[in-house]
Amino acid sequence: MKTLVWVEHEGGAVKDATLSAVTAASKLGEVHLLVAGEGVGGVADAAAKIAGVGKVHVADGAAYGHALPENVAPLVVDLMGSHDAFVAPATANGKNIAPRVAALLDVMQVSEILSVESADTFTRPTYAGNAIATVQSSDAKKVITVRATAFEKAAREGGSGTVEAVSGAGDAGLSSFVGAEISKSERPELTSAKVIVSGGRALQNSENFHTIIEPLADKLGAAVGASRAAVDAGYVPNDYQVGQTGKIVAPEVYVAVGISGAIQHLAGMKDSKTIIAINKDEEAPIFQVADIGLVGDLFKVVPELTSKL
Amino acid sequence: MKVLVPVKRVIDYNVKPRVKMDGSGVDLANVKMSMNPFDEIAVEEAIRLKEKGVATEIVAVSIGEAKAQETLRTALAMGADRAILIVSETEVEPLGVAKLLAKVVAEEAPGLVILGKQAIDDDSNQTGQMLAALTGRPQGTFASKVEVEGDTVKVTREVDGGLETVSLKTPAIITTDLRLNEPRYASLPNIMKAKSKPLAQKTPADYGVDVTPRLKTLKVSEPPKRQAGIKVADVDELAAKLKALGVAA
Ligand SMILES: Cc1cc2nc3c(=O)[nH]c(=O)nc-3n(C[C@H](O)[C@H](O)[C@H](O)COP(=O)(O)OP(=O)(O)OC[C@H]3O[C@@H](n4cnc5c(N)ncnc54)[C@H](O)[C@@H]3O)c2cc1C
Ligand SMILES: Nc1ncnc2c1ncn2[C@@H]1O[C@H](COP(=O)(O)O)[C@@H](O)[C@H]1O
Repeated sequence: MKTLVWVEHEGGAVKDATLSAVTAASKLGEVHLLVAGEGVGGVADAAAKIAGVGKVHVADGAAYGHALPENVAPLVVDLMGSHDAFVAPATANGKNIAPRVAALLDVMQVSEILSVESADTFTRPTYAGNAIATVQSSDAKKVITVRATAFEKAAREGGSGTVEAVSGAGDAGLSSFVGAEISKSERPELTSAKVIVSGGRALQNSENFHTIIEPLADKLGAAVGASRAAVDAGYVPNDYQVGQTGKIVAPEVYVAVGISGAIQHLAGMKDSKTIIAINKDEEAPIFQVADIGLVGDLFKVVPELTSKL
Repeated sequence: MKVLVPVKRVIDYNVKPRVKMDGSGVDLANVKMSMNPFDEIAVEEAIRLKEKGVATEIVAVSIGEAKAQETLRTALAMGADRAILIVSETEVEPLGVAKLLAKVVAEEAPGLVILGKQAIDDDSNQTGQMLAALTGRPQGTFASKVEVEGDTVKVTREVDGGLETVSLKTPAIITTDLRLNEPRYASLPNIMKAKSKPLAQKTPADYGVDVTPRLKTLKVSEPPKRQAGIKVADVDELAAKLKALGVAA
């Protein structure tokens, strides 16, 4: 079986989520990659070095610069003439593009797989991760998105893929990119951080995120996350949200501060290796999944903790 | 401009789903069911577009068992004008739903279709993108802001790094994210009024769509359970634990 993996990249570098998708794809057979974008020669060369990779198809052009699905999906469909499966990481771009490809191929997508059981059978989370379904696809070609936290990352070095240019149809003329507001941070990225400190509604305002959550995160070299409630209230930007409909994370250590532990939040972090919860309510559901809990007022205990580390 | 809003009847988001003992699925007997939360946001957005004079008519559609009528009545009570129920007693997958919706789009010719980004039961996150593919329309997924300007719609999207804005030619497909708006509650008089709004009943066969599933669910199981751990007495003990984990000096 030949699989085509969509390469998620940013600022000229291949993103970690791609490496997990490569591992998932390698369980299906030969791995080819698709690098689409504008000025992505360097990305393609880096991608060709990923362990286990065969051919790297590169579509370089303005039409592919912002991963617009209207332009990218037809390109993928062309390449699927010679591939049996399309695999994308379940990132915002992957989730945007893969179903468009699936429908054009008349295939039912298998979303956010957790494991590859066989060439046509996969497990995936449903109901906010409260039910794991084992599903078998009867489609001739497979379209799959991959939950990055469920697969090891393929090594960035060691491969010797060949790079081949492809030209797609270009701009479909349906959509255009207007602009982006990307949060800039010196901190590790949420989805690849080893340690995460997340804050909830209890933080009360964005000022408290700066003065209470961030110093602790600094001490731990951690990324900062948040519950939906904290994001909705405007304490932090949307890309901080962890959960069923936010980011899925599985760090070594996840510290939940003033977060109650709603199922939608747990869905995004309960595969973390060690969960630490700080909450003033000893009955808070977060304590049911926490390895280490501290009952207390965060405004008192978090600064004290930060000063003792 | 007409706006089409697909709404799905799902387990209420406050209910903790329980996997059936025989591994055949999630127990939905006697469980509270509601409109998918993202679809409430979609209905609300359509109503706001109508209040702004951009939308002229709002049509809600649902595919599912006969009880999905209740979900459509909720949409009508919120402010949709009429509804279409495509009855199927067996579950229809996103691809089948998208094919049925594509037929409805061909009939109704809406300027916008606003869907939820994901149904909280199957967590597929694909129907809107599939509908966009099948109708050859542009898609603005995970929307946190929607601005219609002449024959384009500007959509601000929640993406991994923050926000992104795209401009789409109408007719277009949009899927909602959580922060697009806060859905209103239907008032009692509107709930009464909704009972007499038109609700058409159809079947997949009426549209000539084969909705045979492509995915077979072999088994549904509970995820590995996490055990509750220990509680530490004070900050000193927690600091010691963090040091032992090797994440702090
Ligand atoms: C469709 C849908 C999708 C959703 N997706 C997500 C998602 O992806 N991610 C997500 O997080 N949520 C999501 N939610 C929301 C979720 O249901 C909860 O509402 C949310 O997680 C609650 O956030 P919270 O724990 O910060 O707030 P709350 O539930 O209000 O909890 C605050 C906690 O702080 C504690 N506290 C208060 N003051 C202090 C103090 N001084 N010191 C210590 N502790 C204190 C309280 O005891 C309480 O436990 C979703 C909901 C829906 C309907
Ligand atoms: N059976 C259905 N009836 C109506 N709308 C649906 C149905 N299934 C999915 N949708 C729409 O598609 C969105 C995404 O669903 P999904 O792709 O299943 O995660 C939902 O939020 C609804 O707007």
